[in-house]
Amino acid sequence: MLQLVGSENPERREWMGILSRAPLEMLERWRAGANPPAHRWLRRPETGLVMVRGRAGGTGEQFNLGEMTVTRCALRLESGESGVAYVQGRSHRKAELAALADALLQSGRKEMVLKELLLPVKARLAGDAEAMQRKAQATRVEFFTLAREAAE
Amino acid sequence: MSGVDLGSVLPGFDDPAFGSQAAFRAALQALSRPGVLVDCERAAYSLCLALLDQDTRLWLSPAAQALGPSLRFHTGCVLVPEVAQADFVMAGTAREMPPLESLATGSDEAPHRSATLIVEVGELAGDGGWKLSGPGIPGDAGLRVPALGERFLEEWQANGTRFPRGVDAFLCSGGRVCGLPRTTRIEALMFRVES
Repeated sequence: MLQLVGSENPERREWMGILSRAPLEMLERWRAGANPPAHRWLRRPETGLVMVRGRAGGTGEQFNLGEMTVTRCALRLESGESGVAYVQGRSHRKAELAALADALLQSGRKEMVLKELLLPVKARLAGDAEAMQRKAQATRVEFFTLAREAAE
Repeated sequence: MSGVDLGSVLPGFDDPAFGSQAAFRAALQALSRPGVLVDCERAAYSLCLALLDQDTRLWLSPAAQALGPSLRFHTGCVLVPEVAQADFVMAGTAREMPPLESLATGSDEAPHRSATLIVEVGELAGDGGWKLSGPGIPGDAGLRVPALGERFLEEWQANGTRFPRGVDAFLCSGGRVCGLPRTTRIEALMFRVES
Protein backbone atom coordinates (compact mmCIF):
# COMPACT_ATOMS: atom_id res chain seq x y z
CA MET A 1 0.00 0.00 0.00
CA LEU A 2 1.27 3.44 -0.81
CA GLN A 3 1.86 5.68 2.09
CA LEU A 4 1.22 9.28 1.23
CA VAL A 5 3.47 12.00 2.53
CA GLY A 6 1.57 13.75 5.30
CA SER A 7 -0.26 10.66 6.53
CA GLU A 8 1.88 10.83 9.66
CA ASN A 9 0.19 14.18 10.29
CA PRO A 10 -2.46 13.37 12.92
CA GLU A 11 -4.58 16.39 12.09
CA ARG A 12 -4.81 15.46 8.43
CA ARG A 13 -5.53 11.90 9.42
CA GLU A 14 -8.52 13.08 11.41
CA TRP A 15 -9.96 15.28 8.67
CA MET A 16 -9.49 12.52 6.06
CA GLY A 17 -11.51 10.25 8.34
CA ILE A 18 -14.25 12.82 8.78
CA LEU A 19 -14.39 13.59 5.04
CA SER A 20 -14.60 9.89 4.19
CA ARG A 21 -17.85 9.63 6.18
CA ALA A 22 -19.31 13.04 5.35
CA PRO A 23 -22.82 12.97 3.83
CA LEU A 24 -22.89 14.02 0.18
CA GLU A 25 -25.50 16.74 0.68
CA MET A 26 -23.30 18.50 3.25
CA LEU A 27 -20.34 18.38 0.88
CA GLU A 28 -22.48 19.74 -1.95
CA ARG A 29 -23.79 22.58 0.19
CA TRP A 30 -20.23 23.49 1.19
CA ARG A 31 -19.05 23.32 -2.44
CA ALA A 32 -21.80 25.70 -3.58
CA GLY A 33 -20.71 28.32 -1.07
CA ALA A 34 -16.94 27.79 -1.06
CA ASN A 35 -16.27 28.32 -4.76
CA PRO A 36 -13.00 26.32 -4.85
CA PRO A 37 -10.45 26.87 -7.65
CA ALA A 38 -10.43 24.64 -10.74
CA HIS A 39 -8.58 21.34 -10.49
CA ARG A 40 -6.91 18.70 -12.63
CA TRP A 41 -7.19 14.98 -12.01
CA LEU A 42 -4.13 13.07 -10.92
CA ARG A 43 -6.28 9.98 -10.58
CA ARG A 44 -9.91 10.02 -11.63
CA PRO A 45 -12.42 8.59 -9.15
CA GLU A 46 -12.41 4.80 -9.14
CA THR A 47 -14.42 2.39 -7.03
CA GLY A 48 -13.03 -0.75 -5.48
CA LEU A 49 -13.07 -2.97 -2.45
CA VAL A 50 -10.92 -2.85 0.65
CA MET A 51 -10.72 -5.58 3.27
CA VAL A 52 -11.66 -4.35 6.70
CA ARG A 53 -9.90 -6.07 9.56
CA GLY A 54 -10.72 -5.98 13.22
CA ARG A 55 -11.20 -7.87 16.45
CA ALA A 56 -14.80 -8.96 15.95
CA GLY A 57 -15.32 -10.13 19.53
CA GLY A 58 -13.33 -7.31 21.02
CA THR A 59 -10.63 -9.81 21.96
CA GLY A 60 -7.91 -11.81 20.29
CA GLU A 61 -6.17 -11.22 17.01
CA GLN A 62 -7.35 -9.05 14.14
CA PHE A 63 -9.08 -10.92 11.39
CA ASN A 64 -10.90 -10.10 8.15
CA LEU A 65 -14.35 -8.74 8.95
CA GLY A 66 -15.48 -8.21 5.39
CA GLU A 67 -15.00 -6.14 2.29
CA MET A 68 -16.16 -2.59 1.97
CA THR A 69 -16.82 -0.45 -1.09
CA VAL A 70 -14.49 2.52 -1.32
CA THR A 71 -14.06 5.22 -3.95
CA ARG A 72 -10.78 7.06 -4.23
CA CYS A 73 -9.36 9.88 -6.30
CA ALA A 74 -6.53 12.42 -6.34
CA LEU A 75 -6.51 15.90 -7.83
CA ARG A 76 -4.42 19.05 -7.96
CA LEU A 77 -5.76 22.56 -7.61
CA GLU A 78 -4.72 25.32 -9.97
CA SER A 79 -3.05 26.93 -6.97
CA GLY A 80 -0.78 23.88 -6.62
CA GLU A 81 -2.12 21.94 -3.62
CA SER A 82 -2.90 18.26 -4.08
CA GLY A 83 -5.76 16.48 -2.39
CA VAL A 84 -6.70 12.84 -2.07
CA ALA A 85 -9.85 11.14 -0.86
CA TYR A 86 -10.86 7.64 0.10
CA VAL A 87 -14.60 7.68 0.80
CA GLN A 88 -17.22 5.08 1.66
CA GLY A 89 -19.50 3.98 -1.13
CA ARG A 90 -19.59 4.40 -4.88
CA SER A 91 -20.23 8.12 -5.25
CA HIS A 92 -17.57 9.63 -7.52
CA ARG A 93 -18.89 13.08 -6.76
CA LYS A 94 -18.40 12.55 -3.05
CA ALA A 95 -14.79 11.48 -3.59
CA GLU A 96 -14.19 14.56 -5.75
CA LEU A 97 -15.61 16.95 -3.14
CA ALA A 98 -13.73 15.27 -0.30
CA ALA A 99 -10.45 15.55 -2.24
CA LEU A 100 -11.18 19.20 -2.96
CA ALA A 101 -11.69 19.79 0.75
CA ASP A 102 -8.46 17.94 1.56
CA ALA A 103 -6.53 20.12 -0.88
CA LEU A 104 -8.03 23.33 0.49
CA LEU A 105 -7.28 22.22 4.05
CA GLN A 106 -3.60 22.31 3.07
CA SER A 107 -3.90 25.81 1.65
CA GLY A 108 -4.44 29.24 3.11
CA ARG A 109 -8.19 28.59 3.26
CA LYS A 110 -7.82 25.95 5.94
CA GLU A 111 -9.67 27.86 8.69
CA MET A 112 -12.62 28.49 6.39
CA VAL A 113 -12.97 24.83 5.46
CA LEU A 114 -12.64 23.82 9.09
CA LYS A 115 -15.43 26.16 10.10
CA GLU A 116 -17.78 25.68 7.17
CA LEU A 117 -17.37 21.97 6.53
CA LEU A 118 -15.43 19.93 9.04
CA LEU A 119 -16.99 21.12 12.27
CA PRO A 120 -20.62 20.76 11.05
CA VAL A 121 -19.84 17.31 9.60
CA LYS A 122 -18.13 16.25 12.80
CA ALA A 123 -21.17 17.38 14.82
CA ARG A 124 -23.51 15.55 12.46
CA LEU A 125 -21.49 12.31 12.67
CA ALA A 126 -21.37 12.53 16.45
CA GLY A 127 -25.14 13.12 16.52
CA ASP A 128 -25.77 10.14 14.24
CA ALA A 129 -23.59 7.91 16.38
CA GLU A 130 -25.37 9.04 19.53
CA ALA A 131 -28.83 8.49 18.00
CA MET A 132 -27.86 4.99 16.98
CA GLN A 133 -26.48 4.25 20.43
CA ARG A 134 -29.66 5.56 22.05
CA LYS A 135 -31.74 3.31 19.83
CA ALA A 136 -29.61 0.32 20.70
CA GLN A 137 -29.73 1.18 24.40
CA ALA A 138 -33.54 1.23 24.31
CA THR A 139 -33.66 -2.44 23.39
CA ARG A 140 -30.90 -3.54 25.73
CA VAL A 141 -31.87 -6.48 27.92
CA GLU A 142 -30.42 -6.92 31.40
CA PHE A 143 -30.74 -10.39 32.87
CA PHE A 144 -30.98 -9.36 36.51
CA THR A 145 -32.13 -12.75 37.68
CA LEU A 146 -29.21 -14.64 36.22
CA ALA A 147 -25.77 -14.45 37.70
CA ARG A 148 -23.23 -13.50 35.05
CA GLU A 149 -20.46 -15.98 34.56
CA ALA A 150 -17.23 -14.60 35.84
CA ALA A 151 -15.10 -13.22 33.07
CA GLU A 152 -11.91 -15.12 32.52
CA MET B 1 7.72 1.66 2.11
CA SER B 2 8.82 5.07 0.92
CA GLY B 3 6.24 7.82 0.66
CA VAL B 4 5.06 9.52 -2.50
CA ASP B 5 5.16 13.28 -2.66
CA LEU B 6 1.93 14.16 -4.43
CA GLY B 7 3.26 17.57 -5.38
CA SER B 8 5.46 16.05 -8.08
CA VAL B 9 2.96 13.51 -9.43
CA LEU B 10 1.93 13.93 -13.06
CA PRO B 11 -1.60 13.07 -14.20
CA GLY B 12 -2.04 9.49 -15.41
CA PHE B 13 -4.23 8.40 -18.29
CA ASP B 14 -7.45 10.39 -18.71
CA ASP B 15 -9.24 7.08 -18.90
CA PRO B 16 -7.18 4.32 -17.28
CA ALA B 17 -8.80 1.46 -19.21
CA PHE B 18 -8.70 2.97 -22.71
CA GLY B 19 -5.40 4.76 -22.11
CA SER B 20 -3.50 1.68 -21.05
CA GLN B 21 -5.12 -0.41 -23.78
CA ALA B 22 -4.02 2.10 -26.41
CA ALA B 23 -0.47 2.18 -25.03
CA PHE B 24 -0.37 -1.62 -24.86
CA ARG B 25 -1.59 -1.81 -28.46
CA ALA B 26 1.18 0.59 -29.49
CA ALA B 27 3.77 -1.55 -27.67
CA LEU B 28 2.46 -4.69 -29.36
CA GLN B 29 2.47 -3.04 -32.77
CA ALA B 30 5.97 -1.64 -32.24
CA LEU B 31 7.46 -4.99 -31.18
CA SER B 32 5.76 -6.98 -33.95
CA ARG B 33 6.81 -4.50 -36.65
CA PRO B 34 10.33 -3.43 -35.70
CA GLY B 35 11.40 -0.26 -37.42
CA VAL B 36 7.87 1.11 -37.81
CA LEU B 37 7.31 4.32 -35.86
CA VAL B 38 4.09 3.91 -33.90
CA ASP B 39 2.16 6.88 -32.54
CA CYS B 40 1.74 6.86 -28.79
CA GLU B 41 1.13 9.99 -26.77
CA ARG B 42 3.95 10.70 -24.26
CA ALA B 43 5.38 7.36 -25.41
CA ALA B 44 7.94 6.54 -22.71
CA TYR B 45 5.67 7.60 -19.84
CA SER B 46 2.56 5.94 -21.32
CA LEU B 47 4.38 2.66 -21.90
CA CYS B 48 5.46 2.65 -18.26
CA LEU B 49 1.92 3.45 -17.07
CA ALA B 50 0.53 0.61 -19.15
CA LEU B 51 3.17 -2.05 -18.52
CA LEU B 52 4.14 -1.57 -14.87
CA ASP B 53 2.33 -2.83 -11.81
CA GLN B 54 3.21 -3.61 -8.20
CA ASP B 55 5.09 -6.77 -9.22
CA THR B 56 7.53 -5.03 -11.56
CA ARG B 57 10.81 -3.42 -10.63
CA LEU B 58 11.87 -0.27 -12.40
CA TRP B 59 15.26 1.40 -12.72
CA LEU B 60 15.34 5.07 -13.68
CA SER B 61 18.33 6.93 -15.07
CA PRO B 62 19.13 10.31 -13.47
CA ALA B 63 17.27 12.26 -16.17
CA ALA B 64 14.18 10.08 -15.70
CA GLN B 65 14.14 10.34 -11.89
CA ALA B 66 11.44 13.02 -12.06
CA LEU B 67 8.98 10.38 -13.28
CA GLY B 68 9.61 8.21 -10.22
CA PRO B 69 6.87 9.60 -7.94
CA SER B 70 4.28 9.56 -10.75
CA LEU B 71 4.98 5.95 -11.70
CA ARG B 72 5.04 4.88 -8.06
CA PHE B 73 1.70 6.59 -7.50
CA HIS B 74 -0.11 5.35 -10.59
CA THR B 75 1.30 1.84 -10.96
CA GLY B 76 2.67 0.92 -7.53
CA CYS B 77 5.89 -0.33 -9.16
CA VAL B 78 9.05 -0.83 -7.12
CA LEU B 79 12.01 1.44 -7.83
CA VAL B 80 15.38 -0.33 -7.61
CA PRO B 81 18.83 1.27 -7.45
CA GLU B 82 20.62 -1.53 -9.35
CA VAL B 83 20.07 -1.93 -13.08
CA ALA B 84 20.54 -5.70 -12.87
CA GLN B 85 17.52 -6.10 -10.53
CA ALA B 86 15.10 -4.27 -12.79
CA ASP B 87 12.36 -5.71 -15.03
CA PHE B 88 12.06 -2.35 -16.77
CA VAL B 89 14.91 0.05 -17.37
CA MET B 90 14.09 3.60 -18.34
CA ALA B 91 16.78 5.96 -19.63
CA GLY B 92 15.81 9.61 -19.88
CA THR B 93 18.44 10.24 -22.54
CA ALA B 94 20.41 7.93 -24.83
CA ARG B 95 23.63 9.01 -23.14
CA GLU B 96 22.38 7.64 -19.81
CA MET B 97 21.53 4.25 -21.21
CA PRO B 98 23.29 1.56 -19.15
CA PRO B 99 25.35 -1.06 -21.05
CA LEU B 100 23.00 -3.74 -22.37
CA GLU B 101 25.04 -6.53 -20.79
CA SER B 102 24.35 -5.06 -17.34
CA LEU B 103 20.60 -5.70 -17.76
CA ALA B 104 18.79 -8.89 -16.75
CA THR B 105 18.64 -11.21 -19.77
CA GLY B 106 16.51 -14.00 -18.28
CA SER B 107 17.54 -17.62 -18.44
CA ASP B 108 17.27 -20.25 -21.16
CA GLU B 109 14.30 -21.79 -19.29
CA ALA B 110 12.63 -18.40 -18.68
CA PRO B 111 13.81 -15.94 -21.32
CA HIS B 112 10.76 -13.74 -20.63
CA ARG B 113 12.27 -12.73 -17.31
CA SER B 114 14.65 -10.42 -19.11
CA ALA B 115 14.56 -6.65 -18.76
CA THR B 116 12.77 -4.33 -21.15
CA LEU B 117 14.60 -1.15 -22.03
CA ILE B 118 12.76 2.11 -22.64
CA VAL B 119 14.94 4.94 -23.94
CA GLU B 120 14.02 8.50 -24.79
CA VAL B 121 16.27 9.00 -27.82
CA GLY B 122 15.24 12.48 -28.90
CA GLU B 123 15.27 12.13 -32.66
CA LEU B 124 13.86 9.12 -34.48
CA ALA B 125 13.33 8.75 -38.22
CA GLY B 126 12.31 5.89 -40.47
CA ASP B 127 14.97 6.39 -43.10
CA GLY B 128 18.63 5.49 -43.49
CA GLY B 129 21.34 5.10 -40.89
CA TRP B 130 20.54 1.57 -39.83
CA LYS B 131 19.26 -1.40 -41.78
CA LEU B 132 16.96 -3.59 -39.69
CA SER B 133 16.11 -7.17 -40.56
CA GLY B 134 14.57 -10.15 -38.82
CA PRO B 135 11.11 -11.42 -37.83
CA GLY B 136 8.33 -8.91 -38.48
CA ILE B 137 10.27 -7.02 -41.13
CA PRO B 138 9.52 -7.76 -44.79
CA GLY B 139 12.92 -7.52 -46.47
CA ASP B 140 14.63 -4.83 -44.49
CA ALA B 141 13.70 -1.50 -42.91
CA GLY B 142 15.54 1.74 -42.37
CA LEU B 143 15.87 3.55 -39.06
CA ARG B 144 17.85 6.59 -38.05
CA VAL B 145 18.62 7.25 -34.40
CA PRO B 146 21.31 9.95 -34.21
CA ALA B 147 21.62 9.63 -30.44
CA LEU B 148 22.69 5.98 -30.54
CA GLY B 149 26.13 5.32 -31.93
CA GLU B 150 28.47 2.46 -32.60
CA ARG B 151 28.64 1.43 -28.97
CA PHE B 152 24.94 0.60 -29.06
CA LEU B 153 25.26 -1.39 -32.28
CA GLU B 154 28.04 -3.52 -30.80
CA GLU B 155 26.03 -4.12 -27.63
CA TRP B 156 22.94 -4.92 -29.67
CA GLN B 157 24.83 -7.47 -31.72
CA ALA B 158 26.07 -9.13 -28.53
CA ASN B 159 22.48 -9.06 -27.25
CA GLY B 160 21.35 -10.98 -30.35
CA THR B 161 23.91 -13.75 -29.80
CA ARG B 162 22.39 -14.58 -26.39
CA PHE B 163 19.11 -15.74 -27.92
CA PRO B 164 16.67 -16.93 -26.50
CA ARG B 165 17.93 -14.73 -23.67
CA GLY B 166 18.28 -11.01 -24.29
CA VAL B 167 16.84 -7.57 -23.86
CA ASP B 168 13.97 -5.99 -25.81
CA ALA B 169 13.96 -2.25 -26.33
CA PHE B 170 11.56 0.58 -27.03
CA LEU B 171 13.09 3.68 -28.56
CA CYS B 172 10.86 6.64 -27.81
CA SER B 173 10.81 10.10 -29.24
CA GLY B 174 8.10 12.24 -27.73
CA GLY B 175 4.86 10.81 -29.10
CA ARG B 176 6.39 8.05 -31.22
CA VAL B 177 7.87 4.70 -30.37
CA CYS B 178 9.90 2.14 -32.29
CA GLY B 179 10.25 -1.41 -30.98
CA LEU B 180 13.47 -3.42 -31.14
CA PRO B 181 12.82 -7.01 -30.07
CA ARG B 182 15.87 -9.15 -29.35
CA THR B 183 15.44 -10.93 -32.69
CA THR B 184 16.05 -7.82 -34.77
CA ARG B 185 19.44 -7.52 -36.46
CA ILE B 186 20.86 -4.08 -37.04
CA GLU B 187 23.52 -3.14 -39.56
CA ALA B 188 24.95 0.33 -39.88
CA LEU B 189 24.93 1.70 -43.41
CA MET B 190 28.19 3.43 -44.03
CA PHE B 191 27.95 7.03 -45.13
CA ARG B 192 31.38 7.98 -43.92
CA VAL B 193 33.25 10.09 -46.42
CA GLU B 194 36.93 9.20 -46.75
CA SER B 195 39.05 12.20 -46.10
